[in-house]
Amino acid sequence: MGKWTRRAFIGAGTLVGGGFVLGVAGVAFAPGRHTIVSDDAEEKGELTTWITVTPDNLTTILIPHCEMGQGSQTALAMMAAEEMEANWDLVRIQEAPALDAYANAYLLRAFTGDSLPAPLGRAIDYGAYRLARWFGTQVTGGSTAIRGTGYGMTVAGAAAKEMLIAAAAERFGVPAAECTATRSRVTNATSGQAASFGELARAAAAIPVPTYPALKDPDTYTLRRTAVSRFDIPPKVDGSARYGIDVTLPGMLYAAVDIAPVQGGRLVSVDENPALAMPGVERVVQLDEAVAVVADSYWRARQALAALEPVFDDAGHGDVSSDSIFAAFDESLGTAPAMPDGAAQVVTADYRVPFLAHATMEPMACTARVEADRAEVWAGTQDPLNARSTAASALGFDTDQVQLTNLQLGGGYGRRLPFTFDYVDLGVRIAKAVSPTPVKMVWSRENDMQHDFYRPAAMARFAGALDATGRPVAVASHYAGGGDGESLFMPYAIDDIRFEDRDVPHPVRVGEWRSVHNSQHGFFKESFIDELAHAAGKDPYRFRHELLGEQPRFRAVLERVAAMADWERPLPAGEGRGIAIAESFGSIVAQVAHVAITPEGRLRVRNMFAAVDCGDVVNTDTATAQVEGGVIFGLSAAMVAEITIAGGRVVEGNFQDHQMIRLADAPAVSVEFIRSGERLGGLGEPGVTPVAPALTNAIYAASGVRVRTLPIKNQELRRA
Amino acid sequence: MATTLTVNGQTRSVDVEPDTPLLWVLRDTLGLTGTRFGCGVAACGACTVHLNGRAVRTCTLPVSAAEGADITTIEGLASGGTLHPVQRAWIDHQVPQCGYCQSGMIMAVSALLDQRPNPTDEQIDATITNICRCGTFARVRRAIHSLAGG
Repeated sequence: MGKWTRRAFIGAGTLVGGGFVLGVAGVAFAPGRHTIVSDDAEEKGELTTWITVTPDNLTTILIPHCEMGQGSQTALAMMAAEEMEANWDLVRIQEAPALDAYANAYLLRAFTGDSLPAPLGRAIDYGAYRLARWFGTQVTGGSTAIRGTGYGMTVAGAAAKEMLIAAAAERFGVPAAECTATRSRVTNATSGQAASFGELARAAAAIPVPTYPALKDPDTYTLRRTAVSRFDIPPKVDGSARYGIDVTLPGMLYAAVDIAPVQGGRLVSVDENPALAMPGVERVVQLDEAVAVVADSYWRARQALAALEPVFDDAGHGDVSSDSIFAAFDESLGTAPAMPDGAAQVVTADYRVPFLAHATMEPMACTARVEADRAEVWAGTQDPLNARSTAASALGFDTDQVQLTNLQLGGGYGRRLPFTFDYVDLGVRIAKAVSPTPVKMVWSRENDMQHDFYRPAAMARFAGALDATGRPVAVASHYAGGGDGESLFMPYAIDDIRFEDRDVPHPVRVGEWRSVHNSQHGFFKESFIDELAHAAGKDPYRFRHELLGEQPRFRAVLERVAAMADWERPLPAGEGRGIAIAESFGSIVAQVAHVAITPEGRLRVRNMFAAVDCGDVVNTDTATAQVEGGVIFGLSAAMVAEITIAGGRVVEGNFQDHQMIRLADAPAVSVEFIRSGERLGGLGEPGVTPVAPALTNAIYAASGVRVRTLPIKNQELRRA
Repeated sequence: MATTLTVNGQTRSVDVEPDTPLLWVLRDTLGLTGTRFGCGVAACGACTVHLNGRAVRTCTLPVSAAEGADITTIEGLASGGTLHPVQRAWIDHQVPQCGYCQSGMIMAVSALLDQRPNPTDEQIDATITNICRCGTFARVRRAIHSLAGG
């Protein structure tokens, strides 16, 4: 990778730069402030912030998002290459380094600034809004890569193509309008002249950046909307992919850590001698909240750590438990929400969901070399810039004194987002203690499970009123555990819909977990609407369908999933289907679960069907994979996963305690997309939202047992 | 004390405590980081390699138990420049997402197919118990079936 520096380009028509963002976003966005080119830009003939074309006719697209298997690096490159008319075989990608210049929140803000989307005449797109608030971060999360950066990629590709064509027109001595770009070449049909992008690159770099490059008509796409193999897969099948945990430096030491089991707790005392007496141990490092053993191998560090008996305090939270938290929620929710007088029928229900761990397969790890006035850090993060500033502040350095190299992520799901870099913070402090020797800190699975930023536990108390015809006239929820934006939106034509926040603070550390608040409220809302359907004596699909008359996108998605699942076809006794629909991160997803329950109460999920309207699909195969994965992620949460608190600490330690579904329990997942042409929605997270209610609604249909508390494994499913 | 291992066809001598799990010897002593650490209790399968052709989870296997055995890691699964059919199928079916569990998944599947070229779903369910947090299971199953009989 070349050396990257910031270089400002002010005003339109500069050599290269980000004017295309300004022009297309059409909002105040200081030109050049966050655009950079490489020092050797002229040699490389760099055209825009994100695209370089080299004389060998390779197009390299710089991606300001990390790859964690979601496929967005490939999809983003497709978006640029499509507009640019680059030959896909000649396209390469490169991940942007952790420099301020790649602060993609700026782009997101520019993109959404004048048009925070209200596609359904209601709340803003919460995920995008939230990221825009993380000013100056380089985030991959919130299902935003394709929606935010993708727009920039599209515009960048279009601008690049116009500049290449303009350069070709000059060279050929013909009007630009008579030149065509295809497969990394520009041709003039009349004269038969042709030149490759690589041959045109240097001249193209001198062409003023078009302010309003013309975008392709989506109906003429040849690359987008197809299944393209991901760039990141080949190294993942031969072991050569390098994750944060794989970093190896000459002379490196290894650290194993024990962290105060109660969040906020402090190390009170530890006798270092048992560890120091063991082979290979270099140091015991005592920190405020942890003790680390540094040794010449990770296994020796772990063994020596196990010989220690550190004493931690409990930060005054030793009496906190899941039970105490839910008791406080219960009290705060109070009486059920008031319903209009004169309703023919009033239905009430309470729902609860537990804390959840991200449980990435790669435990948190951080490698660092700290010197007197500089540090190098290696880690897998969803936001290298914030990780870098976390390291700098832990060391008392300016961010310029820290170089952070981001590596592949062995799973993210929200665990490696801004302000959750405790593993970087800890890793660099351990490295500082043995400065200047580099140290790789690797968390045990137990460290990882017990020091997460958990999906918040939540509880909701619903009431709903039906009129004499069985039509709902009011739905209201008191909730605790957080919620906002789309998570509190119900698309149904019900006059009186109310959500009231009754949250109660507690000391358990929480964070963003794939689909954020939607995983809780999706379950609450779509369980309750199902209960209303049954109370009204109506089919749950038709009940929803009737209430979606003013929401054509929702209705189309619901109809599609019902058709996919053959909703009307009767099932044998002991089997059932459940349906749920929700919008999250700008995408509408409806799912049907088809389950079978044995007379003994054993649950088998036979099939999951998902219909998705995310506006349009870039890479059809990775889009499908994201929804498939989201369904499995949601099934683990619905069926078996939970984090419980006792004595102020997390009870679960490893995968025997914290369960996730495996291949034997994984159903077939069918995914179909509806291309509504609306604004692009996210795909990393929306597939999770409807899973739990579709499943519990199916369990009700199969058994008459209504599951209102997750995970399902805690409830008897014998037929009522 | 020195232990002699045969890894991917090469003889390697390592000087570690005999109870050191093979996983850490592969990763930290021999630099074969394609074998992954997931749990340390043989619950997830990310650390799976072949020991005399059979899939074993190395995070709980003492290195002393691997002495004299033929060890194949993900780095040694391809022969020369040719990917193993399971690796090829993993690309064809675009199986991996984050990919962290997939070394172990591929090693477990290739060992299964060596023993049962045509496994039933029940045999697959019983044998492939690796955890994949990204949820690639449907593609894993599809890729296995595409190789059946091969």
